[in-house]
Amino acid sequence: MILLTRRAVFSASHYYWNEAWTEEKNREVFGRCANRNGHGHNYTLEVTVAGEPDPVTGFVVDLKWLRDVIEREVLEAWDHRHLNLDAPEFAHAIPTTENIAIAAWKRLEPPVTKDGGARLERVRVYETPEIFAEYRGER
Amino acid sequence: MLSASHRLHAEGLSAEENRAAYGKCNNEHGHGHNYFVEVMVAGQVDEATGMVIDMVALDRLVREKVIERFDRANLNLDPLFADRVPTTENLTQAIFGLLQDGLPAGELEQVRVEETENNYFECRLGG
Repeated sequence: MILLTRRAVFSASHYYWNEAWTEEKNREVFGRCANRNGHGHNYTLEVTVAGEPDPVTGFVVDLKWLRDVIEREVLEAWDHRHLNLDAPEFAHAIPTTENIAIAAWKRLEPPVTKDGGARLERVRVYETPEIFAEYRGER
Repeated sequence: MLSASHRLHAEGLSAEENRAAYGKCNNEHGHGHNYFVEVMVAGQVDEATGMVIDMVALDRLVREKVIERFDRANLNLDPLFADRVPTTENLTQAIFGLLQDGLPAGELEQVRVEETENNYFECRLGG
């Protein structure tokens, strides 16, 4: 079995805020990330699919196809957007790197499985070069 | 790192089907990449040496089995790709097999090959 990973970059703004908490509690837990005017990152998304290379083409999936899926399912929704205000999955959930990885998985898993005939192995989201969150689905 | 050329072209497909499947990677005269190869071995830390494996021996193995074979080479002309298209999926599996043969059973954990800054491939023990 081979794992194949495609990288993509998107830029977005966000802030961390729990509506159920007081302003003081939000500032205490989230620090500078609670600034309501938001801030931004260049996120690097790594999408890994698993499968056997096709005996004829030698491909697990076509990398151009995977690039287009990532572009259509994730980048069109999130790139150069404000995640709290523009992305429906973060209308009520806090757009932490953890939640972004889970949300990317939910967007990508159906087309990879259904149209790509492969298995989505993991999604990794780098918020900065020093921090990433990885989601491998529920097992 | 190894620098090699390849052309993605499946004998079982027509010229048109090859272009549809591989796009510019089907270019008749090939193209090349700098492939970054990461080799991961697993084992207990030896009590006497404090090492999992002798890195000098591992370096030598990778150089002899992989770098000398594929660096500055045309992958399509290697016997390993006589009946397989040298996609990076197949290259990763080939490198895993070459290194596995030179190491004690079970020691090679993973081979990862980065083809460009936008994609990489992994082959794992038992996977």
